[in-house]
Amino acid sequence: MKKTTPDIVIFNIVSYLLLGVFAILCVVPFLMVLSSSLTSEQDIVQNGYTLIPSSFTFEAYKVAFKNPEIILRAYGVTMLVTVIGTIASVYLMAMTAYVIHKRTFRIANGLAFYFFFTTLFNAGLVPWYILIIKYLNLKDNLLVLILPALFNVFYIIVLKAFMRGVPEALSESAFMDGASEFRIFNSIILPVSKPVLATVTLFIALQYWNDWYLSMLFISDENLRPLQLLLYNMVTNSDELRRISALSGGGASIDLSSMPQNSLKMAVTMIAIGPILFLYPFIQRFFVKGLTLGAVKG
Amino acid sequence: MKSESLFRHLIKNRLLVMMSLPAVIFFFIFSYLPIAGLVIAFKQYNYQDGIFGSPWAGFDNFRFFFISGKALLVTTNTFLYNFAFIIVNNILEIVLAIALVEITGKWFRKITQSMLFLPYFVSWVTVGLLLYGFADFDSGIINGFMRSSGSEPIDIYNSPGYWPFLIILISAWKSVGYGMIYYLAAIMSVDPEIYEAAQIDGANIFRRIWHLTLPFLIPTIVILVLLAIGNIFRGDFGLFYQLVQNNGVLYDKTDVIDTFVFRSLLTTREEGMAAAAGFYQSVLCFVTILIANYMVKKYNKDYSLF
Repeated sequence: MKKTTPDIVIFNIVSYLLLGVFAILCVVPFLMVLSSSLTSEQDIVQNGYTLIPSSFTFEAYKVAFKNPEIILRAYGVTMLVTVIGTIASVYLMAMTAYVIHKRTFRIANGLAFYFFFTTLFNAGLVPWYILIIKYLNLKDNLLVLILPALFNVFYIIVLKAFMRGVPEALSESAFMDGASEFRIFNSIILPVSKPVLATVTLFIALQYWNDWYLSMLFISDENLRPLQLLLYNMVTNSDELRRISALSGGGASIDLSSMPQNSLKMAVTMIAIGPILFLYPFIQRFFVKGLTLGAVKG
Repeated sequence: MKSESLFRHLIKNRLLVMMSLPAVIFFFIFSYLPIAGLVIAFKQYNYQDGIFGSPWAGFDNFRFFFISGKALLVTTNTFLYNFAFIIVNNILEIVLAIALVEITGKWFRKITQSMLFLPYFVSWVTVGLLLYGFADFDSGIINGFMRSSGSEPIDIYNSPGYWPFLIILISAWKSVGYGMIYYLAAIMSVDPEIYEAAQIDGANIFRRIWHLTLPFLIPTIVILVLLAIGNIFRGDFGLFYQLVQNNGVLYDKTDVIDTFVFRSLLTTREEGMAAAAGFYQSVLCFVTILIANYMVKKYNKDYSLF
């Protein structure tokens, strides 16, 4: 049916090249991490990081897990914060969206504006930081990694828009049967909102998993460090690498050259982003779906 | 029903009121209290006395911020970088989205779209490490290539000149796969019959894209660009902070308002001045968002923010 005319051929050649080059550029840096984490330290010192390993060794991973408490603990903190934060955040945002989606509730619009205004005018970092440190006293408290990110106005609006699309007859009949608003929200609106809740859940989970900002600002206790902060400390401070590789204890006399510094850095990075790279092929399309869902009603 | 007093209405709907409380309290604490805390911009802050107990400083913090020349530098940087991001990223997103929709290979389309979207999923800390792997003087890939081809290695982390280019490139790398999805959705929503009609009329693919696809995309482009302009004075803190880190040599080329505020607060500990700079940014953002929203509203009422 479709004819292959010269213009289509030219267009396809150009498009394939363009997309191919850009797509490769997007993936190559990850290849560098993987490859370098598997290359021997001598090779990296001699030739630098590589895209294709010139030697093949698990040395860096072995070193990274010689003293696994540090990495495992950071993993634990990240998972705890992600799971609790995501559940709490999605549930509370859906509940908020339910309230402002009710047209019959007279302060619904007022509330919506009260939430929305915070995206227009924002006091910035300084008063917010001082509030959390000095007045809420949340420094080095795991709650600080969850609370400040609980609500996001954009997602509340997306959830509200979805709920407005749910036929009112559904909740009305339950109301007639004497169900309370809270009941209706939990047993009718939440289940029918599953598709949009799923996408919001993924976005929130990704945000908690990747957060380094809150921990960088408010966490100095090493036992409470999430993965991203560990990664960040590792970049900025080579003592961190030494501790991970369990060479500590010798104080200043540590021989830095005996530690695979360069490959270790990449191995820890790989360990940190591994779960995302692994899950990515499965979850990617849900994100795309969610974005287009939001795009329809901006 | 209408004559019912608001108070009685709220009592009757107390369950709804209670359900809204977590959010109301959250935004009160984390958004509205800090707005009150902006008075710190007019104070000589010290930790003991806190925000409200510290002595007044009038406009000294603002004066200091503007006289130091920092205000102009970071404002210009923030504006120019965001301006470049808007142009470069949107053009790439549009071009790649059109290419993706029109190519014949289904398999290739799926794979490349997945690859393009990948960078969106990693944190800026990770991106900082990826850049390090390429740009480090001793072991970075770029210098590995330079050395093996007999050229002089380049000290990227000490050469501010490369950074505007690098930052724009990395911003595109991280966000194009994500931003492209809005354009993909817009193109997919076009009625395919229109294309078929154009094809039968003998329009070649380039003419079809120029005369059909692009005009269809214009509403999306206008809205996305205007919304981005609304945030043109808000720098992407993660991008600038994690790529540049505490590398003072690069600040002139890479410092945006957000990184400047951050450093003034946590490194040089000039809380008052940091708050003044933050206050200035908040006002600037507020005004630009209102203007951008006004323009969106004029263009298409359905897409305005409020």
